[in-house]
Amino acid sequence: MTVSPEPTTSPAPAETAATRPATASARARQRLTPFWRAVGAIAWKDLRAEIRSRELINSMVLFTFMTVMVFSLALELDREARQTTVAGVLWVTVVFAGMIGLSRSLAAEKDRGSLDALLLAPIDRGALFFGKMIGNLLFVLVIALVLLVLLTVLFNVTLLKPLLVLVVLLGSIGFTAAGTLLSSMTVHARAREALLPIILMPVVLPVLISAVRASTTILEGLPRDDWLPWLQLLAVADVIFLAAGYGLFDYVVEE
Amino acid sequence: MPVTADRMIEIRKLTKTFGLNPVLRGLDLDVPRGQFLTLLGPNGSGKTTLLRILGALARPTSGTVRIGGWELPSEAEFVRAQLGVVSHQPLLYDTLTAEENLLFFARLYHLPPETRRARVVEVLERVGLARRARDVVQTYSRGMQQRLAIARAILHNPAILLLDEPYTGLDQDAAAVLDDLLRQVATEGRTVIMTTHDLRRGYALADRIAILSRGKIAFDAPCREIDPDALPTLYADVTGAVTTR
Ligand SMILES: Nc1ncnc2c1ncn2[C@@H]1O[C@H](COP(=O)(O)OP(=O)(O)O)[C@@H](O)[C@H]1O
Ligand SMILES: [Mg+2]
Repeated sequence: MTVSPEPTTSPAPAETAATRPATASARARQRLTPFWRAVGAIAWKDLRAEIRSRELINSMVLFTFMTVMVFSLALELDREARQTTVAGVLWVTVVFAGMIGLSRSLAAEKDRGSLDALLLAPIDRGALFFGKMIGNLLFVLVIALVLLVLLTVLFNVTLLKPLLVLVVLLGSIGFTAAGTLLSSMTVHARAREALLPIILMPVVLPVLISAVRASTTILEGLPRDDWLPWLQLLAVADVIFLAAGYGLFDYVVEE
Repeated sequence: MPVTADRMIEIRKLTKTFGLNPVLRGLDLDVPRGQFLTLLGPNGSGKTTLLRILGALARPTSGTVRIGGWELPSEAEFVRAQLGVVSHQPLLYDTLTAEENLLFFARLYHLPPETRRARVVEVLERVGLARRARDVVQTYSRGMQQRLAIARAILHNPAILLLDEPYTGLDQDAAAVLDDLLRQVATEGRTVIMTTHDLRRGYALADRIAILSRGKIAFDAPCREIDPDALPTLYADVTGAVTTR
């Protein structure tokens, strides 16, 4: 990660910008964009474009409503059965709705050519990964929030518990980190929309399983020893996927 | 390694192979600081591939590329900070306004926050889009998008401009506006490589013309040594193609 001092210079005149006297390497480094600023700029741009067009979030929310309706109609469950299935419904819906966003996020950049513009910027490729990932994460969290409210009402189970919100956050981070990395691999492929779910599913399985287990045990009000290992597993999976995305994005995003 | 300050782009024995298809086969090219080089060549001769390698968007198969003293691909980030790129695609976000697009790239290129807005307004004025700054790019004509693409490319005041067929899809008026703009931009001491199929335009703007054919620079001369009327025949001779212009 690069941490540079605050920018103080305006863009250097064209004729002096490109030489590399031995002493100027620090100055050149200063012209590179600090890591977290690049991350923020990219995530903010995605958010802004989405607020403008609402292309993704509309279809994701609609999909979420439909799925929950289908589940609640198909599973005419008694109170106890609802307790045990609600976590599964929650996570399956998060994953499939999230997939809609993940499969479009980089693909749209590629189709417009703006992916090249991002790759041409003097930023760390890891920053590009985090920027796109945070954008995706925000959309998934919106979906998760809608779901928590919707399922609380329809399944008559209180889902808005702090611990469960933590599980949702960790699960969403792992899912979007893996998804952003893998979508950068499939973005150059021909059948990428079909390809992404197929390769992403097995990869996020550890996240999915530990998220469902942690959610279920928390909802059933079981003691700490029952849910803590799942939460830890989830956190470990997050760290692995974030590190993999940061380290590998450079290699997979280029053609 | 010592750096010759007046050699901005230095390409040695560059090869690029896609699968079994050798596109560049040991290409050598030097471009001194401040020169405008027009790169001609038939479709598929590898002009875009060469510019993508210079922009660190593609990795060379072998050979060395040095830009402003920085080595590719190992010092790609430093190279990128000095490059402005215009391609046939505008590289912009259609759902954002011109201003939002440029502000985003200003942040990506780490322009100082306090002068960012002023710089965006300045380049929008230069390309004649200040009045449309608040309109989303979707509503722009092809010519306006291309002008905005140029605004984006010069936003961070790069020392080097890479222009890949910037005239693609422009009508007469838009092309004339682009002519003026490129002429201005080129007189600011920038090093420019432009690819085009328009021999007349390419000649008029350039200091030097090179022709890429069969993976190498097959012809290379300063414009003052070239008779513009003979250029089509010359081009046809070098590439083995039939030109209509
Ligand atoms: N990403 C790629 N994968 C495989 N082949 C490619 C790729 N990009 C370009 N090529 C091939 O390289 C050759 C040169 O293409 P290009 O550089 O676009 O030529 P030009 O810009 O001069 O028309 C073409 O034969 C093209 O098919
Ligand atoms: Mg081309």
